[in-house]
Amino acid sequence: MISEPFASGDSFLHRLDPRVRILAAAAYSFTVALSYRLPNLLAALVLALALVALARLPLNQVLPRLKVVLGFLLLLWLVLPWSYQGTTVARLGPLAVSREGLLLASQITLKSVAILLALIALLATMTTARLGHAMNQMRIPDKLVFLILITYRYIFVIEQEYQKLWRAARIRNFRPGTNLHTYRTYAYLIGMLFVRAAARAKRVHQAMKCRCFQGKFHTLEEFASGRREWLFAAVMLLLLTGMAVYELAPAAVHHLFTLACGSPK
Amino acid sequence: MSPSQQPPLIKLEKICFAYPGRPPVLRNLDLELRPGDKIGLAAPNGSGKTTLLHIIMGLLRPSSGRLEFFGRPAAEEEDFIAVRRRVGLLFQDADDQLFSPTVLDDVAFGPLNLGKSREEAREISLRTLSFLGLEDFADRVTFKLSGGEKRLVSLATVLAMEPEVLLLDEPTAGLDQRTKKMLIDIMQNLSQAYLLISHEFDFLAATADHIYTMEEGRILLDDELYIHQHQHAHRLGKQPHKHI
Repeated sequence: MISEPFASGDSFLHRLDPRVRILAAAAYSFTVALSYRLPNLLAALVLALALVALARLPLNQVLPRLKVVLGFLLLLWLVLPWSYQGTTVARLGPLAVSREGLLLASQITLKSVAILLALIALLATMTTARLGHAMNQMRIPDKLVFLILITYRYIFVIEQEYQKLWRAARIRNFRPGTNLHTYRTYAYLIGMLFVRAAARAKRVHQAMKCRCFQGKFHTLEEFASGRREWLFAAVMLLLLTGMAVYELAPAAVHHLFTLACGSPK
Repeated sequence: MSPSQQPPLIKLEKICFAYPGRPPVLRNLDLELRPGDKIGLAAPNGSGKTTLLHIIMGLLRPSSGRLEFFGRPAAEEEDFIAVRRRVGLLFQDADDQLFSPTVLDDVAFGPLNLGKSREEAREISLRTLSFLGLEDFADRVTFKLSGGEKRLVSLATVLAMEPEVLLLDEPTAGLDQRTKKMLIDIMQNLSQAYLLISHEFDFLAATADHIYTMEEGRILLDDELYIHQHQHAHRLGKQPHKHI
């Protein structure tokens, strides 16, 4: 079941036009994903934390959500530092820890945590339904919008059907083991799930046709953008452009800083 | 025009249908639904009732036979697109019918497809929901509704299109007594003609003026009455009592 714990709220970000939030999330993700300089990535993390604060999300609920990605990152930290070739900075028995490996692992960690936090603050603060409707009004192709909305609606139904099949197997004393019978049963189960999902899709389409659906998607919700949205968009644009410039030409940014703050004595 | 002079709402002539590789389900089936008709259809599983409704909606094409709606024949997808504006079908499984995230979105889906503006669609949807006593449901999430609620909301999605004819495929399946009673009240207040499939005779008796059955791929009308005996169980049945 999909619970949307952050979707209800009354913060600045919750009230912001969803379309602006989607655009900001996309721009932020691309900029951070393409950045490699550590100061940039740290700035991105600070920005993400600022967004979480702006959405007034309780940190004790947000941080556990990072667990999913932290699992992957742990794996990277176990493998990358010694398997990546470069300058050796430490030795653990037969393993040489390289500077480049450590750097790469830190970059990936910072990027994924920052992007995830920003997405939680910008996108998880709206319901999936609203996300779909906003995408529809941003003229994102109908098919993509349908994919999101229908997945959201039916993932629960499909899960129920899986539970039904699984119960049916268990009440007939099926106990998974390492044998052909188990593999075959799982294959049947998954196969049956696909068959049922396909049959369900066909019936849903029929029901939609009966209600005069002809491929065009309409929504009830309307969104409005005002001064608040422009302000938010301008600030985000400024920060992200700053990051991009620093990424591409750090010297120019240093130069600007020196000009602005006076050269250090 | 008096009802008898109006063309039938739905007229089926010698409809035949078979699923690939299986014996025919419908054999020369004839059916007529006239304005004001409230017809119940009771027949065993697998006798082709759902198939019949899907043929009427143009979801399946008969191998032979003729369909006519409001006096005009229908054969191609184009014809059925027009038919679906005036004939509503309530599906057997409410999960098939409710695919939008929220109840209001789902009820408004049909009116929006019919070209209504957002305001009109919202107004029609809210009016339909309140007609069914579901005013408070508008913002509920469809997959979190109970089985009975899903059924009533599905009915709202069909009624919001303001159809002239309703087809209902086992509307009472899986409903408890209370919801069933609500459904009976709703059905008795409907102005539309309808054809409904059900296995439950007490429901049919309360909502249908005629009860048809199906046999060997054809419809049998309820012309003949049979005297019959039956047994049933109810509370305090041991005590002497009378059925009225």
